[in-house]
Amino acid sequence: MTATDLDAPTAPRGTDGSRLAAHAVTVGYGATPVVRGLSLAVPTGKVTTIVGPNGCGKSTLLRTLARLLKPTSGQVLLDGEPITDVATREVSQRLALLPQSPIAPDGLLVRDLVGRGRHPHQRWFSQWSSTDEGVVEEAMRLTDTWELRDRAIDQLSGGQRQRAWIAMTLAQDTDLVLLDEPTTFLDLAHQVEVLDLVSRLNRERGRTVAMVLHDLNLAARYSDLVVVMKDGVVVTQGTPGEVFTTELLADVFGLRADVMADPRTGLPVVVPVSAVPVPTRPAD
Amino acid sequence: MATRQAAPRVALHAAPLRVGRLSWRVPVRAGVVCLVGAAVLLLLVAVDMSVGDFPIPVPDVVSALLGGGDAGQRFVVMELRLPQTVVAVAVGAALALAGALTQTLARNPLASPDILGITDGAAFGAVLVIVAAGGSGYGGAVASGRLQEVGVPLAALAGALAAALLLFLLSWRRGLDIQRLVLTGIALSAVLTAATSYLLVNARIQDASSAQAWLTGSLNARGWEHAVPVLLTIAVTLPLMLLLVPSLNAMLLGDDAALGLGVRVRAVQLALLVAAVALAAVSVSAAGPLEFVAFVAPQIALRLTGGSRPPLVAAMVVGAVIVVGADVLSRAVLPFTVPAGIITAAIGAPYLIYLLIRSNRRRTA
Repeated sequence: MTATDLDAPTAPRGTDGSRLAAHAVTVGYGATPVVRGLSLAVPTGKVTTIVGPNGCGKSTLLRTLARLLKPTSGQVLLDGEPITDVATREVSQRLALLPQSPIAPDGLLVRDLVGRGRHPHQRWFSQWSSTDEGVVEEAMRLTDTWELRDRAIDQLSGGQRQRAWIAMTLAQDTDLVLLDEPTTFLDLAHQVEVLDLVSRLNRERGRTVAMVLHDLNLAARYSDLVVVMKDGVVVTQGTPGEVFTTELLADVFGLRADVMADPRTGLPVVVPVSAVPVPTRPAD
Repeated sequence: MATRQAAPRVALHAAPLRVGRLSWRVPVRAGVVCLVGAAVLLLLVAVDMSVGDFPIPVPDVVSALLGGGDAGQRFVVMELRLPQTVVAVAVGAALALAGALTQTLARNPLASPDILGITDGAAFGAVLVIVAAGGSGYGGAVASGRLQEVGVPLAALAGALAAALLLFLLSWRRGLDIQRLVLTGIALSAVLTAATSYLLVNARIQDASSAQAWLTGSLNARGWEHAVPVLLTIAVTLPLMLLLVPSLNAMLLGDDAALGLGVRVRAVQLALLVAAVALAAVSVSAAGPLEFVAFVAPQIALRLTGGSRPPLVAAMVVGAVIVVGADVLSRAVLPFTVPAGIITAAIGAPYLIYLLIRSNRRRTA
């Protein structure tokens, strides 16, 4: 098994450096649209993070990009082709998704979970090839879940479990990886652990990552491109330094905050300003 | 090397079999369970065909099956007992497969055709015909005799399919909402049970008692005409379902994850549900509602094979063992005659209670 199996297998095929893009998509549950005429190109080889206040439609957008939701108008293009025209299995060979709250059945072993990631590449006559086995092992080693392979998912800590799920999306062996709030329910150390992994996948393996995050400081720390959404539209997008300003935080999040430079990285750090005097302010 | 350590446990569940560029996952443990189960089943089948009002020793049963023995024994074995035993095996297997499919679909061990109201639809249909037909010989009956003989299984089939259709319509919302399906099923089941009770209360006592006999589920006097529809349904659905096994495994991770893995979730769900309804409907129409077989057999098979969802083929073997075993018990072992349906219920009900208690404990723990 060589590392090359998990390297990005193909060069970008889309135009303007984007293989996955939304064109004027409107998406909604029922009558009211949650995402309204939104366009977004996911830059290839970069980490893109969608942020925004609760209910702004960021998860809906990600789910639409992963063709879990069908837009009522507009379309999502995968390699320049409407994603709805591409066969389901073929989409899953190019684009992997980690949903927000996936289910792990009781007793499912880590290696079986990661092995499921090979589903798009398997046929009834090719159920477990040596390639499958190699890619799965590589995915587990990359995510440091190899040592956990014989453990049941429900026995793992939150961070370990999330790494196992990411290993599953890696085993899918796609250039494009979409992560829907991969750090929810994790404590800060585990959030950093998971996002460090995401960052390595991007830098060392050339994966294009698009994700939804809640925490603005983590978004600033780990993203090449930050997309800020409010009320179903993109308010602004750019590098963390361009996007995170006191004005934007006030406008979009209704948050009074100072934006400072991280002394170590120079990246912006959002420090909320509270109206309550310091001594009585509870720990965040 | 690290890979070596894992090898024995891999082999326990599934071992890769590779021929050139082709590869399969061989479910070793499930295979062993199926083989042992099949041996137990054969034994029970032999016993089932040997006991009765006219006992025939097991070796004579075997020779009669192979065309030997005396004419009387051959007649009893081939004409009377073989069809009934085949019905028992087929119905047990079909109910278990139906249960395994719905439980996998809903990711919930409680979601079996008996609980989703499909069985109750069949019961309502059958009781309606029995009561309306008034088989007890009074004048003014809508139908009687031969019509009732054919009509009851058909009505059961129609009732099951109508209940399933209603279940679909009520729980379909831009796709199959499983939570909704289970809750709707429970409500539907309650309504149908009440309707059946209403029919029984208003029926003449003779009709009510013959309806009650059907309702408990029985394998008495079953012939080839009962076995063939069940066998055909299995022959059609089983291969399709086996092809869907990888998709079933992916769907255990949730609809979103399965869609992400390239599974056409809606289509697979629909196929599963249609197959399960067909299997349950023909089974109930052949042998009455054998309570709890569809619910218990897949769960027992799951405990034996140790995977993360009920195994299809192993569940079928377990289901057949349960029903044939219940038939043997009801006809030979117990000092009084009890319909097989009572025995399967006696096994299943405590298990349901156990499952409810255990899932409650886990939730509060």
